[in-house]
Amino acid sequence: MSRSHASAGTSGADGHASPTAGTTVHVRVLRQDAPAQESYWERHDVPYEPNMNVISVLQRIAAAARAKDGRRVAPVAWDCNCLEEVCGSCTMLVNGRTRMACTALVDKLLEENPEEIELKPMSKFPVVRDLVVDRGRVFRALERVQAWVPVDGSYDHGPGPRISPEQQEDAYPLSTCMSCGCCLEACPQFTKIEVHQRSGESVEQLAQRRDEAYDDGFVGAHAISQAVLFNNHPTGKMIADERMTALTAPGGIQMCGNAQNCVAVCPKQIPLTRSIARAGRAATVWAIKKLFDR
Amino acid sequence: MAQPRVLVIGGGLAGLSATMRLAELGVEVDLMSLVPVKRSHSVCAQGGINSVNSLTRQQGDTEWKHLDDTVYGGDFLQHQPPVKEMTDWGPRIIDLMDRLGVPFNRTPEGFRDQRRFGGTLYKRTAFAGATTGQQLLYALDEQVRRFEVEGKVKKWEFWDFLQPVLDSSGRCRGAVCQDLVTMQFRAFPADAVILATGGCGLVYGRSTMSMVCTGSAVSRAYQSGAAYGNGEFIQVHPTAIPGADKLRLMSESARGEGGRVWVPRAPHDPRDPREIPEAERYYFLEDRYPKYGNLVPRDIATREIFDICTTDGLSVEKDRLCVYLDLTHIPRETLDRKLGGILEIYEKFQGVDPRSVPMKIFPAVHYSMGGLWVDYQRSASGGMEEGAPKNQQTSLPGLYAIGECDYQYHGANRLGANSLLSCIFSGLFCAPGVMAASGSLRTLAAEESKGLFDAALRRQEERHEALLARRGGNENPYTIHNELGDLMTRVATVVRRNEQLASAYDDVCQLEERWQRCSLSDTGNWTNQNVVFTKSVGDMFPLAKLILKGALLRDECRGAHYKPSAAMPGIAATEPSAQRLEAEEWCDRFEANTRRWLKSTIARHGADGHPQITYEDIDTSLIPPRPRLYGLVGGDVIEEVWKERQRKATAAQAESPRATDSALPVGAAS
Repeated sequence: MSRSHASAGTSGADGHASPTAGTTVHVRVLRQDAPAQESYWERHDVPYEPNMNVISVLQRIAAAARAKDGRRVAPVAWDCNCLEEVCGSCTMLVNGRTRMACTALVDKLLEENPEEIELKPMSKFPVVRDLVVDRGRVFRALERVQAWVPVDGSYDHGPGPRISPEQQEDAYPLSTCMSCGCCLEACPQFTKIEVHQRSGESVEQLAQRRDEAYDDGFVGAHAISQAVLFNNHPTGKMIADERMTALTAPGGIQMCGNAQNCVAVCPKQIPLTRSIARAGRAATVWAIKKLFDR
Repeated sequence: MAQPRVLVIGGGLAGLSATMRLAELGVEVDLMSLVPVKRSHSVCAQGGINSVNSLTRQQGDTEWKHLDDTVYGGDFLQHQPPVKEMTDWGPRIIDLMDRLGVPFNRTPEGFRDQRRFGGTLYKRTAFAGATTGQQLLYALDEQVRRFEVEGKVKKWEFWDFLQPVLDSSGRCRGAVCQDLVTMQFRAFPADAVILATGGCGLVYGRSTMSMVCTGSAVSRAYQSGAAYGNGEFIQVHPTAIPGADKLRLMSESARGEGGRVWVPRAPHDPRDPREIPEAERYYFLEDRYPKYGNLVPRDIATREIFDICTTDGLSVEKDRLCVYLDLTHIPRETLDRKLGGILEIYEKFQGVDPRSVPMKIFPAVHYSMGGLWVDYQRSASGGMEEGAPKNQQTSLPGLYAIGECDYQYHGANRLGANSLLSCIFSGLFCAPGVMAASGSLRTLAAEESKGLFDAALRRQEERHEALLARRGGNENPYTIHNELGDLMTRVATVVRRNEQLASAYDDVCQLEERWQRCSLSDTGNWTNQNVVFTKSVGDMFPLAKLILKGALLRDECRGAHYKPSAAMPGIAATEPSAQRLEAEEWCDRFEANTRRWLKSTIARHGADGHPQITYEDIDTSLIPPRPRLYGLVGGDVIEEVWKERQRKATAAQAESPRATDSALPVGAAS
């Protein structure tokens, strides 16, 4: 096998310097066998192929099941599904940056760092194994802000409300949020909450204690943006007060430190800071209104 | 008597709509999925969802015409009553999704906008940007989350369905499943189990499908005795972006806006495509189909691109099959305005700007028309009877199948934007019947003897332990999966030849034997993706075998199933009376073929591991079968002869069915 350097390539059709076949991609993965265990680095070499992304690198690692030093190792565990950047599964830290592994192209990564590709699990969520983390808190936050339209039911009541093209264009980008968690990983106010099972504790008790712990933490940019989405929907706004109650509760919008990292890392370019600003203004109006309603 | 409890496997559009409706009816639902339900494969659907709407209605469209387009597009290989019920429900389903908050594109006045898709003359397709599937899924996910908060639904995400549990009478009483994190097994007693587990694209290695679309759940039901229908009907989309990990869809609109398909005349020409002069390029679609050029129907485009690479050996690359799809002659501003979104996808995944460099594309497996055989109760009006317990029920009582994993709605070929409709429809529609079936049972599953579940649990635990304990095996499950995928892609996609299918069947059996010698690289019991994948690969072989066997036996061309040996070419003669004679012969042959082959292929898993194939007659009582003539040379003459025959037949009968004389739709079916 060639040991020549990955970056020693020729000029590709698109004009970039890209590695050629026969070269090797060096990969360093931060592994962890299970929750509450020590993490450790492991190096892998993967034969370079054109148009590789991090997913195909991980697929090659799984198939080879050998570390760079030749030791037989268990395949690296990771989450993925659609591989088209619409399902939100494959979030990880690639070269230190939170992003989707499916759109992390090897050629581009080697431009960032020709030496190696570094893969780490997200740091704000409990590690399940290797690159797999438990993002249940992302979905729990959607429950907190009641991110849904409160319809009567699924029986036929004719069409939904008339919506102007402007309203649709406003709502659509917010509705493309795939709960990937990038905005949370990048947020300084969103800190890791990890709840371990106590001896004698049932799965149900653990789940309840975990949800309570999550509910004390910052709800996150994604959930604030969803609250804005539904508070601006003609039917969704019928429970706007309940969403505002959730957004102004501890762990709500006041925790946002305006670092604006969320919008910078969102793979779907959702205007998260705009949503936060809108929610902030709405919270102020709502607080004043509540004061006078008393 | 305890509250009825239903287990739904799969949380895409079908599974979520069934869950929502069941919860609304007061049934307790366990909703299980390999991934968080919000990450299901339905998110990948881009185009839209079909239904008659107020606008098309005023242009003469009806639910009946939607039914006609669907069965004509499907080459009449589906029972018509369920399709009729689905198209009748279309408008209600779009209205419902609208009320749930799906951000459908709007007209200036604020109504839902529609676009036109293949296989119809009407603008039936409602859409939400380029992510309609994602938007529909999210709306249902949100409603199910609401029921989850209310305690009516319990989600089991990161769980794998291993087998249905059948009682001594053969009735499904629940399932055995495995937690993919802790690797613990658990029995789920249920009054009904609904499979909503999607297609089986991974049997072909790489496809446009997501990584969970292994077909394993359906295969496990099939291996437990459920019948499988029309397995050989697999839709291949002509233009996808080949990737090392998966094949991503490139919309047909790229050709619609003037994209040209070509290959270098010199095999594997190493030059930059932009430096290859016109005279050394082969625009094979334009050359072979001067009338339609690059916009030939999907099945023809798919076949030609496939053939130019395999038979003619003119693939752009040596190690990878692909052709150029060239947009570089079109001004950048035009491309950005009309194709911006889809070109960004290419750029994002290929790292190359398709506005300045020709794209490399190749056909890709896209959709399984076939799936688990399911039943239906015909209603007096020719549709499906709502609330009938046998609607969507597999051949195993108590086990249901909905969405892409059933065989019910798309026949031999699916029309674009009909899949989202069939998924939501079958989910919503099956719920009252499932509930009625649960209520009528003498004993509920929870009271069934514990031994039934313990035995099934033990069986799965033993299979699991045996896999982990395999020592010294020299086979790698990932390599075997790649080999299976390459084989199936080569022989059972676009062009099928009997000698290839027969030898591939033997090859699959050998691969299955080799799979028995796989040794695992991970023998642990914590988030062991290695063993889960290995199991799913093992469960691909029964599906691969029924696809190959079904294709081998079906000696005809129908929809996505194309055999050169059985092709019915158009008319060669140029002189009118000779043309007429040929057209008569063509119609004779068509009628004979209809009598012989207008039947569903039904596969049952034999004790020897081979599929037992039988055929089922099709209910075509609403719309009589007629030839699909799109793009056929002399099609107009054949159509004339065919219509004359129909008129005679109609005159011979006192009462005629309604749609005998409906015009042949012009659009390309797919």
